[in-house]
Amino acid sequence: MSEPTSPAGGLSRRRLFGLVGAGTAGVLAAGAAGGALGRATVAGAPASDPADDVVEFTGRHQAGIVTPAQDRLHFVALDVTTDSREELVAMLQAWTAAARRMTAGQDAGPLGAVGGEQFAPPDDTGEALGLSASRLTLTVGFGPTLFTADGRDRFGLADRRPEPLAELPSFANETIDPAISGGDLCIQACADDPQVAVHAVRNLVRIGAGVVTVRWSQLGFGRTSSTTTAQATPRNLMGFKDGTDNLKAENAGALDRFVWVADGDSGSDWLAGGSYLVTRRIRMHIEVWDSSTLDEQEQTIGRTKGAGAPLGQREEFDPVGFTARVDGGFAIPETSHVFLAHPTNSGTAILRRGYSFVDGSDGLGRLDAGLFFIAFQRDPETGFVQIQRNLRLDTLNEYIRHTSSAVFACPPGVRDDADWWGRALFEV
Amino acid sequence: MSARSRRTPVLAAGLLAALTTAACGGDPGTGEGASGGAAADTVTVAASDDACQVAESELAAGTHSFAVTNDGSQVTEFYVYAEGDRVMGEVENIAPGVTRELLVELPAGDYETACKPGMVGDGLRNALTVTGEAAQLSEDETLAQAATDYQRYVRSQTAALTEQTAAFVDAVKAGDVEGAKALFPVARTYWERIEPVAEVFGDLDPRIDGREGDQAEGEDFTGYHRIEQALWVGGTTADMAPYADQLLADVQEVVSLADQTTLDPLQLANGAKALLDEIATGKITGEEDRYSHTDLWDFAANLEGSEAAVQALRPYLEEADPELVAEIDERFAATEAELEQYRSGDGWLLYDQLTQEQLRGLSDSVTALTESVSRVAAVVADR
Repeated sequence: MSEPTSPAGGLSRRRLFGLVGAGTAGVLAAGAAGGALGRATVAGAPASDPADDVVEFTGRHQAGIVTPAQDRLHFVALDVTTDSREELVAMLQAWTAAARRMTAGQDAGPLGAVGGEQFAPPDDTGEALGLSASRLTLTVGFGPTLFTADGRDRFGLADRRPEPLAELPSFANETIDPAISGGDLCIQACADDPQVAVHAVRNLVRIGAGVVTVRWSQLGFGRTSSTTTAQATPRNLMGFKDGTDNLKAENAGALDRFVWVADGDSGSDWLAGGSYLVTRRIRMHIEVWDSSTLDEQEQTIGRTKGAGAPLGQREEFDPVGFTARVDGGFAIPETSHVFLAHPTNSGTAILRRGYSFVDGSDGLGRLDAGLFFIAFQRDPETGFVQIQRNLRLDTLNEYIRHTSSAVFACPPGVRDDADWWGRALFEV
Repeated sequence: MSARSRRTPVLAAGLLAALTTAACGGDPGTGEGASGGAAADTVTVAASDDACQVAESELAAGTHSFAVTNDGSQVTEFYVYAEGDRVMGEVENIAPGVTRELLVELPAGDYETACKPGMVGDGLRNALTVTGEAAQLSEDETLAQAATDYQRYVRSQTAALTEQTAAFVDAVKAGDVEGAKALFPVARTYWERIEPVAEVFGDLDPRIDGREGDQAEGEDFTGYHRIEQALWVGGTTADMAPYADQLLADVQEVVSLADQTTLDPLQLANGAKALLDEIATGKITGEEDRYSHTDLWDFAANLEGSEAAVQALRPYLEEADPELVAEIDERFAATEAELEQYRSGDGWLLYDQLTQEQLRGLSDSVTALTESVSRVAAVVADR
């Protein structure tokens, strides 16, 4: 019931907190009264229990990684424009305070979209009024260029950069556009309502004005992975079930081994409990795929299109039998996507959390569509990179092309009301 | 600082009415500086291309007359600034060989004078100390003063606007394409600095500054941009004489209206933000001057006009929210520094000479500045 307080030391000389927590005691008190009700209740929406679709913001790990994958995504990568570490820290504190509120279904700031003064810009943009929290999660990551860029130690963080946090190598079958790649920071916003996800990113970007600028962003309209056994496996835009053998929240042992940075790992003094996030915008040659035969499609993927069963099997979750043979050959072709990507043959595992996208059309009459691939792993080199190298001869490559690439280190979760994103990194 | 309370629109409207009345009650001044009465003396200023010799560096509080003689080869300007470059008085557009007078009332305090040969940059500065009883203004008086200060700024701009537009119109009617092209961004500078005032007068703004396609059905495409199109696309002034005459008449009309208008403090605050919004929506996109690509001239003018409106409110803001003033100062300076990279001669690079990355740098700085300036209105209304 109590209003989350501003983190200690959050009163920067900057006015970031004009939006999220500074001001007088009177303001905070008013915010507590209004804010605790939540947007949906205030706006008179149906009186469901607002807690039903709230994902806890604090915890050992950031939410939005093993959290059951929500339906919608708004992902944004940002570049830091200030040289001031103090301003950067103040923004991260302000972001944390706003994220706490928004993930609880409240407005971004204590006054809210309509609770402030008539002659001041509202501290919330308002498009989420009347909408519930919609299982919103906000997950933040730090890119390699936050630590050093062009050989320059930008914020005194150069010696805190964990070794695995480095630009990804180049791979076969990619045409990477630098304008939609990389970034000093990222925010992954996932929610079941797209407007709630967009609202969250928009308000955080606004709070960051003068400190960060948006480098690129990506909307995703449908999840392509399950991160718990309770979720049905969704289909991607190729029409196939995607993420059947994904790492799942229930398998804590595998998560500790493949997803979470552990004590003793490089950078674990601030990153333990965190994870590395890799994004790849994968354009699908939709029209070419659609005109290929069902047999070609299934041979390419290595699963049946209907049930999603491994070729040679009947049901989706039947074991993938790489030694099973049909007509003298392997049931699952050695150049199929499943064959090459599966942990059995790639030797590692990642937690996938991607989303389908359609960014209009490409000017040549074709959909500009595909999969915005997101993966979390304990180390990119032994995670995504290892798998992607193994996909060099993947027949799926004929139908896809990677067009963007980014890697971020996502710090551990925000522990309590006084904690903020990246505190262990910035507070020595 | 008092606890911020939510104000009802009715109360706020009453407050504004009171402020406007207070502001209108003051003497709006007769010259380009604030005049509280007859000048005690005349301070001569010898302005050249590389010097600005002001006869006095210490004055007694009161009304003073500055006689500015331009001994240089470039057109110059003369300013008296209070802290933060708040304009106490200015004379624009002093041609070589010409002497112009500035009447300005100066309370006790520290000031700077500046000559700006070529009308660019920070100018040649001198300190000016004014001694005597410092008037303690109440909050209401401080805000009323802001309105009159800004009106003084508007008048200095409208005078130059009329002159430069007349020169532009003359060049157009004389068939001097190159001369008209050179004057086009200069005349627009004075317009763009005070556009929020002009926008108060309904259909004059679209007639003067409308872009092709903005007109209602049956309305002609007129104003600066009509002539811009002829000059840059057609490379001719043919058939432009009627448009040139109409432009000058419209500008004169808007000037006479603007000279009699006092913006209330809230309008000032909103005007300061509106000018930055103009940059964000029209200049950073290259849509304003789509034929000439002189958008950076307008960008600079919008920025200067916004700063002038904020600075008029400065004495009040420094009491009410010094932290905000510091941040606004910092962000104006950052935006000016960003823009300064693209200066070219007496003007600016053309819009299409900037890379996407350079435009992005400008855009980022304006976005940050706008966030700060957007908070001024509430501080004013919160009094």
